[in-house]
Amino acid sequence: MRQSARQGSNRTGIMAAPERAKQMVEATREFPPSSPGDALAIAEVRIAYAQEGEGMGETPRLLMDKLGERLAFEHAGARLYEALLSKHRAYGSFEGGPSGEDVLHILTEEYEHADFLSGAIKNLGGDPTALTPAADLALNISAGLPQVLSDPRTNLLQSLEAIVVAELADNECWTTLAQFASQAGQDELAEQCGVAIEHERDHLRKVRMWIAAGQGREAAAGDGAEMPEDEYTFSEDSPVDREGYVVSEEERAESRETGGQPPTGTSGKDRPARRDRK
Amino acid sequence: MAINLLRDSGVPLEQQRFTWRDLVQAPYNKLMDDAFTRVRVILMNGIESEALRFSHACARMNAPLQRALAQVRRIEQHQQTMVNWLNPADQDPLETTIGFEQVAIEVTASVAEKEPDPYLAQVFRFGLLEDFDHLYRYSALMDRLQGKDANALVQSYSDIVPGRPTVIEHRDPLDDLRKPYDRRRAAPLTKLHALTIMAGEHQTHDYYMTIGPMFADPVARQVYAEIASIEEQHVTQYESIIDPNETWLEKWLLHEATEVYNYWSCVESEENPRIRAIWERFLDYELGHVRFVARLFEETEGRDAAEVLPDRMPEPIRYTSHREFVRETLRRELTLSAAGTEFVDREQETEATRAYRDQMNSEGSPTETVAAGYVWRPGTELTDPAARVPATSSKSKRRAA
Repeated sequence: MRQSARQGSNRTGIMAAPERAKQMVEATREFPPSSPGDALAIAEVRIAYAQEGEGMGETPRLLMDKLGERLAFEHAGARLYEALLSKHRAYGSFEGGPSGEDVLHILTEEYEHADFLSGAIKNLGGDPTALTPAADLALNISAGLPQVLSDPRTNLLQSLEAIVVAELADNECWTTLAQFASQAGQDELAEQCGVAIEHERDHLRKVRMWIAAGQGREAAAGDGAEMPEDEYTFSEDSPVDREGYVVSEEERAESRETGGQPPTGTSGKDRPARRDRK
Repeated sequence: MAINLLRDSGVPLEQQRFTWRDLVQAPYNKLMDDAFTRVRVILMNGIESEALRFSHACARMNAPLQRALAQVRRIEQHQQTMVNWLNPADQDPLETTIGFEQVAIEVTASVAEKEPDPYLAQVFRFGLLEDFDHLYRYSALMDRLQGKDANALVQSYSDIVPGRPTVIEHRDPLDDLRKPYDRRRAAPLTKLHALTIMAGEHQTHDYYMTIGPMFADPVARQVYAEIASIEEQHVTQYESIIDPNETWLEKWLLHEATEVYNYWSCVESEENPRIRAIWERFLDYELGHVRFVARLFEETEGRDAAEVLPDRMPEPIRYTSHREFVRETLRRELTLSAAGTEFVDREQETEATRAYRDQMNSEGSPTETVAAGYVWRPGTELTDPAARVPATSSKSKRRAA
């Protein structure tokens, strides 16, 4: 079954109907905007509301908030992989793509992560059924994913492109969670998070590999199919480092002098000031 | 707070003003506010929506009333906006749907419990069991589509279990019509009840018809299609309990009285002070509308408004869990159906209903599909390993913990 997007019937661009497009442009000259200003006017309103607003909700203890976030995301993630199994049955796989067993394997680990998180929340005296602010936010951030996975029109490869977004978020957020656990003195919890992180690394590597195969790319290091060894995902010329700090010209030069190592070999706290924080 | 519909003047029409900024206030908090704040917001949006719907229909049939209707309608439009815009953006359409069904359960239960006319109380209980089932179906959809627990919205006030299964709620149109109350003999509360529930159900129908096609999932699209059809049946049912012999102005006056009754019920129960201030403001606006329409009614029909309006408000709608009442109704009336305007046991259903249902369900029922074997569990069905996709062929033995 086809794994690439349909070509040739796209009517969304102006080239699909040049004459009508011309008329569209002409109309904008005859009928100008009814009010002056630019897109920044929106920002003013957003800022005004934000300053008067109440926020998303009272934040519980940070660790509990983040545990709730991971639990919600793992449940949502499990549903995504369940939907991916249907894609596999409906569309079949492709050369280098996942087998049903591969998908089921990841799905099982997502279930296990959810169980682990639920237990961890209970052990800390929390309620795993409560929707925490971070959980609510995470579900809204990823709200488009189930839309893509449950759409009968999307094929296995397209669905994997949604899955990789979930896996990227998973990798990012499990790492964060482990750090929060450590900071809170929950060393055993942090250690257990480490096991989940290994699983998530494996998921991401596999999903990247499947997508590369589906797109006819070589699944070799450097093309995104493998996690870079140092997990550094920014290029040498990137304007920000992996912690989101702006890299100054000075630092970049310094980095080149030290053999091209990324300018983030040190943690943020070793820096004299965070003046460049974005 | 004591309300006198015949004496309280409220805010005069000319002082009922808005700005765009005023219309768009901070929404309630999905995570922090009580579920009944959402329930009230959703119902009051429905009440205002009905105010506009009625006003437009009336204007199309009554040229002499058009100017007065237009004046009041513009205010109702802005009242509806302010109320509906209290729904927060992090509440997705399916989550709002859960809120709609909780309205249909808890508000209808409150009405059914207090309704003085035994036949109409039966009508409300009949509809209640059907909407109760919808909450369960949509909860299954939310869990199985998004991996989310509907109880985050329901807040454990309403049971998430099957009611009268949606698959058997489909009836012939003529079996959804009921007998109307008699406008000369019915208690004022009966009229307020009928308009309240009709308004809520009509808005529910319109909402499902709007958001149903926004889902990508074909099962979700089908579930909305099937339940929207039942909501249409409910609108047919609740519309038919209202005396069609009321005059247009009498109906208008009753609409305004229903709005007063509902805002007053909200004021009586709202915990969020910011939202309560909105209910109080609009209660005063609606009292102003009652005054305006009562004068028009008396001048036009030469009748005293006291013929239509009660001087004292009946008991307010109870915004609380009706779990026991609903369960008792489930136990007693689950197998009930309707034949014409009468309620009968399922064995006595009409041939027309059976034929219609068989036709509609001949390729399956989406609400059955979505909730196949669904048992609500705290924190989603996924907390039960038995509800997961079987891992028999998985080679994974690694554990996260």
